[in-house]
Amino acid sequence: MNKLPREEKMTTQDINTEKEASRMTRRNFLGLLGKGAACAGAAAGAGGALASAGGGAANALGGVGPTFQQEPEQYAEARKNPPKIPNYNWTEHKWAFGVDSNRCIGCLRCVEACKMENSVQMDRNHTRTWVERYTYLEGSDHALVDSIHDLKNVVPASKETRFKFDNRYKNAKVAKSFFVPKLCNQCEKPSCVQVCPTGATYKTPDGPVLIDTKYCIGCQYCVQACPYGARSLNLVRGTAEKCNWCYHRITKGLNPACVEVCPSGTRIFGDRMDPESPISLFLRNNRVNVLNPDMGNMPNVFSAGIDKEVI
Amino acid sequence: MSSSADVFYHVAPFAGFTYPNETEVPWSELIVIYPYITGLVAGAFVVSSLHHVFGMERFAPISKFALLTSLCFMFFAPTPLLFHLGQPTRALNAVITPHWTSAMAAFGYVAAFYICLLLLETWFSFRADIVALSKSTTGVMQKVYQALTLGSDDVSKRALDTDHTIARRLAMIGIPGACGLHGYVGFLFGSLKTREWWSSDLMPIIFLLSAVGSGVGLLIVIYVVACWWRKQTPDNGAMQGLLYVLWSGIVIVMVIEALEMVQMIYKAREGVEGVFELINGPIHVGLFFQWGGGLFALLVTSVMMLKMPNPKRLIFWLFIAGLSMMISVLAMRWNVVIGGQELSKTMRGLLTYHPEVLGRESLFTVATLFSAPFIVLYLAQKLLPTVWEGEPLEPEERVFDIHKAI
Repeated sequence: MNKLPREEKMTTQDINTEKEASRMTRRNFLGLLGKGAACAGAAAGAGGALASAGGGAANALGGVGPTFQQEPEQYAEARKNPPKIPNYNWTEHKWAFGVDSNRCIGCLRCVEACKMENSVQMDRNHTRTWVERYTYLEGSDHALVDSIHDLKNVVPASKETRFKFDNRYKNAKVAKSFFVPKLCNQCEKPSCVQVCPTGATYKTPDGPVLIDTKYCIGCQYCVQACPYGARSLNLVRGTAEKCNWCYHRITKGLNPACVEVCPSGTRIFGDRMDPESPISLFLRNNRVNVLNPDMGNMPNVFSAGIDKEVI
Repeated sequence: MSSSADVFYHVAPFAGFTYPNETEVPWSELIVIYPYITGLVAGAFVVSSLHHVFGMERFAPISKFALLTSLCFMFFAPTPLLFHLGQPTRALNAVITPHWTSAMAAFGYVAAFYICLLLLETWFSFRADIVALSKSTTGVMQKVYQALTLGSDDVSKRALDTDHTIARRLAMIGIPGACGLHGYVGFLFGSLKTREWWSSDLMPIIFLLSAVGSGVGLLIVIYVVACWWRKQTPDNGAMQGLLYVLWSGIVIVMVIEALEMVQMIYKAREGVEGVFELINGPIHVGLFFQWGGGLFALLVTSVMMLKMPNPKRLIFWLFIAGLSMMISVLAMRWNVVIGGQELSKTMRGLLTYHPEVLGRESLFTVATLFSAPFIVLYLAQKLLPTVWEGEPLEPEERVFDIHKAI
């Protein structure tokens, strides 16, 4: 099980914010989920919590439930006054991500938490992280694969804000089935950084590949170049969009939102410079693989329990 | 842009397994006409150079016209990219702070260099005509021509020789420039390892050669239409020359395209089944136009190469062949740009792209951007009526001739 964020790593600003917050905030809501969720029952509860987070009122997308996409004013404010990150030195960390596929139950809380945390577009065609379901029917050598962009895996009437793997194989003879969470691999040799014509996307010394959304021209060359389909275009902002391991959280000693909410410990995150961090332990104790090693991108997401069919 | 309905518009239906983010096709039909227009620029420029650099006299009647066509199309070559950008107002970021590891970073410089080169060559080629026009016109137009002379109204033999020499040298730089410009566009696609359909070393060569084919086709089409419009007969020598160039272009491009496809299929790397599905699925109509148009043009030009028909038939059939080559190359651009994205990066899924009809990235925008160079070319030949003169004239004759032209 992952370590919970240690209070001493949190900044003063965060502690004050936490103290002052009297209503249910996004962060402690995620924290609650991380602490309390240990089974699928908790995952079901998360749905209710998500609905209550938005007050259950009609949202901007026309559905009932939370509006995850940031309001333009909030976005403008966040860009105008970016939070200060004191005492963070990016040369003192080397972040890495682990995916233990054996543990994933396909609850998709990670996808919804990510969209909520990062103001990702609320539809099934844009996502920073997703989960793929691989299913081998009896007698077949090839897996059938589906993910959140399949309409059948969208919760009806949720306007593509909620996802749930449907029970499509209930009448079939399934030999083997498993889930594989995916996200940006924050590669050591990122193709997206190589092809960016302006340098708006760049590799940080502590690992993640970031996008300067104030400089990105939205040419989508990076979307084409990513071998993992991790990038998309944010149609509202007109700039590229991808997972950054919640850089705003990890630089304050917190876990990425998806790791925080994962009820099964599938997603593991930590600092490789710390030999006792969850990721260091994960890499030490498991035989891991990376996706598409032949691309030469040297991913920093390490998977345990993936199959030959996983690409 | 923000409503979910608009988002849905961009989304392609998929079959098999694709990544979720792939369902929105990143590069639209605007990126189809971007290499198409640069190809026409390169092709037209090569034809103009055949006279300017290599001194092939049969191309003299169309060389200036080819140069002007090249310039007018080059003005609009970057526009599809501008319409495509998510943040068009930041387009110059790529020029101000180019990130040199990116193949795209050099585009602004390459395009700017080429526009400057074409402008200079056009000015030197037409300077004597502009001077003559500035002396034979009155009123506002005289002021315009006087401004266009840039104060250089010397039309002595020595000055004209200098013009000619400089224009020739610029054309000599322009040939590798044109090849570089278009080979570079091919490199933008060929260098991406993520897409099997693009990732080929032959891609720059295919783009370059098909550019010559489509550029010559365009010249034939515009030349024939313009002559018909002006109630003149196209020059038979020039038409024969265009036939030779078009035939060579078609033959080479078809052979290399076939080699590329055979290589991909014969190598049969992982996911080749996906390539077969792509060929039989979303792009089969495009491939029909690409190969059908190419083969038809090849057949027509080959028959004419075997037995040169009379001038009237030559004009008609060369026009048909040129047009079908233009359509074939346009279909090829579609098959490469859109086809490449319709085959998922997983190699196990297909997407079907449906272009928008109206909107920023739509068929309407494509039609508008593609009509613009023709309109500008019409205006340019109004401004420089001497574009239809073949042989260089003596200065005294020229003024007289201008009056006729006006």
